[in-house]
Amino acid sequence: MSTEACLAELKGVRKRFGSLVALDGLDLEVRQGELLAVLGPNGAGKTTAISLMLGLRRPDSGTARLFGQSPLLVEARRQVGVMMQEVTLAPELRVREQIDLVASYYPDPLAPEAVMELTHTTPLARRPYGKLSNGQKRQVQFGMALCGRPKLLFLDEPTVGLDIQSREMLWGALRKLVDDGASIVLTTHYLEEAEALADRVVVLAKGRVIASGSVSEMRALVVRTRIRCLTTLAVDEVMNWPGVGSVSRDRERLEITATNAEAVVRQLLAADEDLQELEVRRAGLAEVFTELTQETAQ
Amino acid sequence: MSATPATMSTRRLLRAYWMEARYESIRMLRMPGFAGPFLALPVLLYLLFGVFMYGDALRGDPKGALFVFMGFSIFGVMGPGMFGFGIPIAMEREQGLYQLKRALPMPRLAPLLAKMLMAMLFVAIIMVTMFVAAPFGHMRLSAGQILSLSVGNILGAAPFCALGLVIGTLTTAKSAPAFVNLLYLPMIYLSGFLIPLPKSLQWIALVSPAYHLDQLALAAIGAPSQGPNAIHVAVLVGVTLAPTLLAIRRLARVG
Repeated sequence: MSTEACLAELKGVRKRFGSLVALDGLDLEVRQGELLAVLGPNGAGKTTAISLMLGLRRPDSGTARLFGQSPLLVEARRQVGVMMQEVTLAPELRVREQIDLVASYYPDPLAPEAVMELTHTTPLARRPYGKLSNGQKRQVQFGMALCGRPKLLFLDEPTVGLDIQSREMLWGALRKLVDDGASIVLTTHYLEEAEALADRVVVLAKGRVIASGSVSEMRALVVRTRIRCLTTLAVDEVMNWPGVGSVSRDRERLEITATNAEAVVRQLLAADEDLQELEVRRAGLAEVFTELTQETAQ
Repeated sequence: MSATPATMSTRRLLRAYWMEARYESIRMLRMPGFAGPFLALPVLLYLLFGVFMYGDALRGDPKGALFVFMGFSIFGVMGPGMFGFGIPIAMEREQGLYQLKRALPMPRLAPLLAKMLMAMLFVAIIMVTMFVAAPFGHMRLSAGQILSLSVGNILGAAPFCALGLVIGTLTTAKSAPAFVNLLYLPMIYLSGFLIPLPKSLQWIALVSPAYHLDQLALAAIGAPSQGPNAIHVAVLVGVTLAPTLLAIRRLARVG
């Protein structure tokens, strides 16, 4: 298998729910050893895309493949771990039992004890699932996703409801999984999650890919920089400078978006000697993301 | 990358079925409020009607005693399959659990087989309670009769599992109990096994699997029954297979 081997792919996939077009000719592939973050606003088609890759739904047209096979085949899914967004597991079963049951579906799973250690759930082993906090439930679900030693993990919004500590734990575990050769598909609303973890980012809007690339490539798509400072300079004056996109004032603070930050900063310092608290920041994924999805909406 | 084999050894596969059945029964044991009523109701009603209310009348009426005993036995066979399948399947579908298991490499039939074994185990328990209560209702059964009636009724749970399954597959968690009752209650009253039907209505019983199971159960203990056994078996097998195939197909496609 080449290093660029494709573990899961959607090709030209269309999917409608009644009059709603969920996926509109979507192409998406998950490559060997990468952590792919799928971003997009609610209703962009992220969960639908994953459910097609897992064989939970069938495309109206186009193809879905998992390890080169139909995702409907159990052989394909034996190499996959899954954590879904909205699922209520049997509340009567204890944590260890939940993991033990899911592990039994796989040919060569980890022992439940090893899974609980990896996900820091060992102290919960004998607790009924229904008595856990939401964050603890997510941790257990994460354990269920990795108990089968999957080559590919699908995680739909894995850190929703987690406290910072558990989130760090999960992030650490994900990095380790990728280091050990697994591939991961992660949908998320938290952009810092994509920034912290992803090798590649795909942005979906209205069932199509509107951008994809590495985190820095995505940022480069929108070259603007954000400049903030305390100054007496007028909005109208700065507005006319070359390289300035937009200017707004928030009390004494001026906020400028610029395509050529260095030139604008030089001019700012020259024009106002009393200028204070200068901040220059590259647009984060959040700004890029908002801008991209707004462009599609227009 | 370590090459995880995508094929399962037969031993692992059987273990997956076993684990599903094991945890299904553990779940049921931890929810006595769910299983309790349909486990206890048949024998309690039998004691109420067959012993306390009409016990004296049935003393010299072996036909009547047999009718009441068989009626509540068949009533006991129906519950675990129809309720034990219909309601949990609808709930698990709605709560995303079934969806998750479909995404996971769960053997497709494992949860259905687990629930069916569970229902059959419940019928076995119900039959034990009925056999214990039988002498109080003036029923005398030989060991052979007990054995053949048990086997017949345990296998007889299958068509009711299938009906519960198809209801659970097509309804929501909230509406499932109503739809199960919509089938369950008329079947109790219109199959002639608990309340004799007037001649003009007896044809209705022919469409009910409960009627056919009642006749087979009577034949199993050597009591007079109506109609050929082959027909009864054919109806019960048909009522088992058709809804099951329909449900499996829908569960695979829609979940």
